[in-house]
Amino acid sequence: MRFYEYESKEIVRRAGIPTSKGGFATTAEEARARAEEVAGPVVIKSQVLTGGRMKAGGVQFADAPDEAARHAEDVLALEINGHMPRGVLVDERVAVKHEYYAGVVWDGLRKQPVMLFSDMGGIDIEEVAEQHPDHVGRGHFSNVLPFSDFQAKQVIASVGVTGSALNRLTPILTRLARLFVERDMTLAEINPLAELEDGKFVAVDAHMEMENEARGRQKELLETLGVGDEETREAREPTPFEIAGEEVDAMDHRGVAGNVTEFDGNLGLVIGAGGGSLTLFDAVRAHGGQPADYCEIGGNPSVRKACGLAKLVLQKPGVEKIAVMMSIVSNTRVDIVARGVIKACVELGFEPAEKIAIFRIPGAWEEEGFKILERYGVPYADRTVSLNEAAKRAAEAVPAA
Amino acid sequence: MSILVDESTTFIVQGITGREAVNLTRECLDYGAGAKIVGGVTPGRKGRDVHGVPVFDTVAQAVESHGGPIDGSVVTVPPAFTKDAVFEAIESGVKLIVIVTERIPRADVAGMVELASMRGARIIGPNCLGIIVPDKIKMGGIGGPAKDAAKAYTPGPVGVMSRSGGMTTEISSTLSAAGLGQSTAVSIGGDAIIGSSYAELMPLFAGDGQTEAIVIYTEPGGRMEAQLSEWVKENDSQIPIVAFMAGRFMDEMPGMSFGHAGTIVEGKEDTATEKIARLKEAGIVVAERIEEIPDLVKERLGSGAPA
Repeated sequence: MRFYEYESKEIVRRAGIPTSKGGFATTAEEARARAEEVAGPVVIKSQVLTGGRMKAGGVQFADAPDEAARHAEDVLALEINGHMPRGVLVDERVAVKHEYYAGVVWDGLRKQPVMLFSDMGGIDIEEVAEQHPDHVGRGHFSNVLPFSDFQAKQVIASVGVTGSALNRLTPILTRLARLFVERDMTLAEINPLAELEDGKFVAVDAHMEMENEARGRQKELLETLGVGDEETREAREPTPFEIAGEEVDAMDHRGVAGNVTEFDGNLGLVIGAGGGSLTLFDAVRAHGGQPADYCEIGGNPSVRKACGLAKLVLQKPGVEKIAVMMSIVSNTRVDIVARGVIKACVELGFEPAEKIAIFRIPGAWEEEGFKILERYGVPYADRTVSLNEAAKRAAEAVPAA
Repeated sequence: MSILVDESTTFIVQGITGREAVNLTRECLDYGAGAKIVGGVTPGRKGRDVHGVPVFDTVAQAVESHGGPIDGSVVTVPPAFTKDAVFEAIESGVKLIVIVTERIPRADVAGMVELASMRGARIIGPNCLGIIVPDKIKMGGIGGPAKDAAKAYTPGPVGVMSRSGGMTTEISSTLSAAGLGQSTAVSIGGDAIIGSSYAELMPLFAGDGQTEAIVIYTEPGGRMEAQLSEWVKENDSQIPIVAFMAGRFMDEMPGMSFGHAGTIVEGKEDTATEKIARLKEAGIVVAERIEEIPDLVKERLGSGAPA
């Protein structure tokens, strides 16, 4: 999950890293107050979870509080790439002598976090790494042994930084590395990390992303930042259909019947498990089918949940039929899913044999499952029919609209 | 032969009194030669038994009761307790740890993997279904109940590695139906950081006399496929590899997570397109559909010189 810049800077500040002065505002009046507190030239930055805000006009400069308020009013009303801003950040315009970059990310192959540091800050680090590789220092660190300052120092010194800058930067990168681990971040980036005319260093902009799996144990941080449980902070906001999918999955704690993503086709998919869903979605599209949704069943969900998911998909506007398909199941029971989807059809007043284009779930309790499907005349397939063939039958049963 | 486990492998189940762990224990005891599950651990439940397997409070007690080192552990405890359970197993001398638990934060996984490597232990998973040697032993929920596992898995020359537990069975079943059995099938786990990647298991398969070809199932996200390609090139490996890539649609949807925790397109290297190109560069054939896999394997077994 992503944090807004104003949240990221707060996280950095709490870790003991100095940041430029300023604060968050949701109205023009608040922006004026923040500018008065700064008591100098400010920059007003749109708080959106998308890139390109500078180009879109989401960053404005002001010399006086009145001007700050006027700009804030404009920026607050400006939609950027389909996102309305959460507010604006009113920051002091600092006198920068030099811009650095400091970041920490995961290295999935080394299975350790890696610090990245550059003396060419203010631009995209990947660009620097490509064009000026000698200006990017890297250092992996342990998740078992305690972090020690020298590790940060080595990385900074490796790009040629020395003197007082090295000694002032070392604790900053050290704190960033520690916060990355302690706060379960997947990305912790300060860019630019500015050296001011007076020799001090401040974080001017920060970008933090936290692992979803860690939200539970980072509850206190999230609460104090005002991040609600319902905020997914993914690439885009969930649709009402997707939120309803989450509600189905939350009905009980048995298994999974959810992870719904909305698409605009006419073929409803009730599919699983993780890898099976990915394979089936590709296959349906390869055969010209137009999925209305992506979803996942797995881990042996209850009849109630399977039924809830099937109902949600069946009721989605534009859905003509559903295809119920999974890779061979080991602990999810075929008969339970069969009962769930048939129940969904019946309760909505549909004929299961009409509404279910194909049922292809082989595996645990398949004999029992197939008996139920036969009783209702639902077309089904066992493991001799491949995922691809099942997807083809589904796509043919519901031609593209 | 097989890799990682065989009929003589002893293991424990940590979190054995949980609902899924009770089922898993039954399945492993019933399958093939019958797994040698020498104990289970659930703190506070010492003295009970699960399908005849004695339950202990600590791994050390299980080792003491067994009267010697225990080879492996299947860890099924909730995510908040997994790191501690795995540390306990490693520090009690266990050398092969299968982590079934999902949704463990990465910092914890990295710590477990690092301690394992410091102690000469290996981790499979997390977020995996374990390991199966057809007709001999299964360690984990892979393949499900013994009778279902027996339908899908048969002994033979193909090593299988998969980021999806379910697809390990789907692919093995497809191979079995075409007369191609498996040497060992490993569900390696769907997270961004896992204990053993394709490339890290390849030396074991390459050194296994039974394995003549490899099939992998893969998804967008991460760099594991590029790492496998590097391994093949660096070792000039002649063992044929057939790959299947699911989730091609995700290339159009950067930043959205599907399937498994590690399955997300964040950068160019995460995309299916890029991964397929990397695999092909190393001479790894990429199947368009699962049902093509058996023929692709047979062609390479017939013509190629197995390692």
